[in-house]
Amino acid sequence: MEQLRQLSIFSENKPGRLRKITKVLSEEGVNILAINIASSNGFGVIKFIVDKFEPAYQKLRQKGFTVSSNEVLAIELVDRPGGLYEVATILSKKRINIENAYVLILESRKKAFLIVDVSDIEKARKLLKNEKLRFFAPGKKAKRKSG
Amino acid sequence: MFWQKDIETVSRRALEELQLKRLKQTVRQAYKNIPFYKNHFSELHIHPKDIASLKDIRKLPFTTREDLREYYPFGMLAVAKQQVVRLHTSSGTTGKPKAIFFSKKDVDRAAELIARCLVMTGVKKDDVLQNMMTYGLFTGALVMHYGAEKVGVLVIPAGPGNTKRQIALMQDFRTTTLHITPSYALYLASVMQHEGLNPKKDFALRRAYLGSEPYSEETRKKIEKFFHIDVYNSYGLSEMNGPGVAFECREKNGMHLWEDNFIMEIIDPESGKPVPEGEKGELVLTTLCREAMPILRYRTRDITMILPGRCSCGRTHRRISRIIGRTDDMIIVRGVNIFPQQIERVLMGVRAVAQNYQIVLESYDQMTVRVEIVKELFDGKVEHLVNLQNEITEKLRSEILIRPKVELLEPGTLPVSEGKSIRVIDKRTL
Repeated sequence: MEQLRQLSIFSENKPGRLRKITKVLSEEGVNILAINIASSNGFGVIKFIVDKFEPAYQKLRQKGFTVSSNEVLAIELVDRPGGLYEVATILSKKRINIENAYVLILESRKKAFLIVDVSDIEKARKLLKNEKLRFFAPGKKAKRKSG
Repeated sequence: MFWQKDIETVSRRALEELQLKRLKQTVRQAYKNIPFYKNHFSELHIHPKDIASLKDIRKLPFTTREDLREYYPFGMLAVAKQQVVRLHTSSGTTGKPKAIFFSKKDVDRAAELIARCLVMTGVKKDDVLQNMMTYGLFTGALVMHYGAEKVGVLVIPAGPGNTKRQIALMQDFRTTTLHITPSYALYLASVMQHEGLNPKKDFALRRAYLGSEPYSEETRKKIEKFFHIDVYNSYGLSEMNGPGVAFECREKNGMHLWEDNFIMEIIDPESGKPVPEGEKGELVLTTLCREAMPILRYRTRDITMILPGRCSCGRTHRRISRIIGRTDDMIIVRGVNIFPQQIERVLMGVRAVAQNYQIVLESYDQMTVRVEIVKELFDGKVEHLVNLQNEITEKLRSEILIRPKVELLEPGTLPVSEGKSIRVIDKRTL
């Protein structure tokens, strides 16, 4: 399973914040593959999957943003009814709790991935190792694990 | 370690005899030379002769900051102008400032008191003191400067601000001792952290004197831990020479107030009646050795208490607690009296909270506490932030009895101050 790192940026919930953040990414030539915004009581956490993680992470930190990163799973969703259901069933069977999730779509809607935040990534990886799931990592084409 | 051991450890009885002698002298001098006091004495039908014991001080009128402003510029001066060698004023933010005059003797006395304070914390001739208070009309820096020179330490008159240069000075000259405001000390810490400096390895710091702003015990601990130093609480006010009125010894348990130079009373700020030792009230000070400008029963507006019991350092001058609040800092929200320091105490006790905070009061008595989170502790999880927000709200509620709105901010959002910081923004209108 390839490693996929997610960027999380703390932000006050006010106009212009997302603009400031994405300006940094834009100037750094970083492409955003997926974005998720969760907000609560006046603040938000913006999560990104990008094509070039390290330069994006370093630049944001350097610019003074409050950034953290963690590994997430990106599980390929098959584009037909029941696609998400199948993935959810496997995760549920393995008793993997989803803390946060959003979708990453690649290759002009040909492929979609479910980005899943879990509490114990190592454990989840082990548990899913032999499942018929396809995972995504930036820079590489998604490939089906033989299992 | 003592600078003037005889007087610092004098017996209470001898100290009180000295106080009485000096009080009588001060009252006579004020009555004779300052029309303000003469008029007040006549209104109250008292005469300097009525002061026969220390308790009789209660017969004397209070002096307020409004009095000092009203008699600005020369109205409170007790000597001829030729005898005055220095003028300080305290802030004129709310109208006219207060003029404080020093004769040559006054300058020297103030320096003696500082020398006592410094030596009390272990300062020796080979120490290097970086004085990061504002030089100029404000007493903070100059009075400390003269006192430190008296001890014979190397003084770096850095003044506040220009933090990178401050750090370079500290490194180049192996500064051991800082004189600094608490908010600037916190700012300095954040800059050092940002620069990747290690206060323990990269500096020779041993101690800091924090004054001019009230701050909490939690802030002291935070600063001590970060810099690996001892932080001593310093108390003073321009009207009473500036710093060196009261200072902590190495026990760090309350500040010895130099009672041979000042008579202290703790009163109920509303009734003006004295409160017993160990109880909170407003500190009232009478100068005992001032030549140019004796002041009787000055209402400091600082809330503190006299700590009962003898200090194990051997000094007999009684101690006051750190300043709990100021009568004029107190804010009333939904009918509850709150001191900003109460809020600071709570915030500084929460690990994920950085140094900066702000209290905003809006219409309908809405209180918002804005706090910056610690960058390093952000892990990207919204629920951790929500928990933090709830934790702060709950802790504040149990401290100040009302539930404020807590806003979490990105570090660096709030304005940083290199001098005194503004913590409360009151937008309420009637």
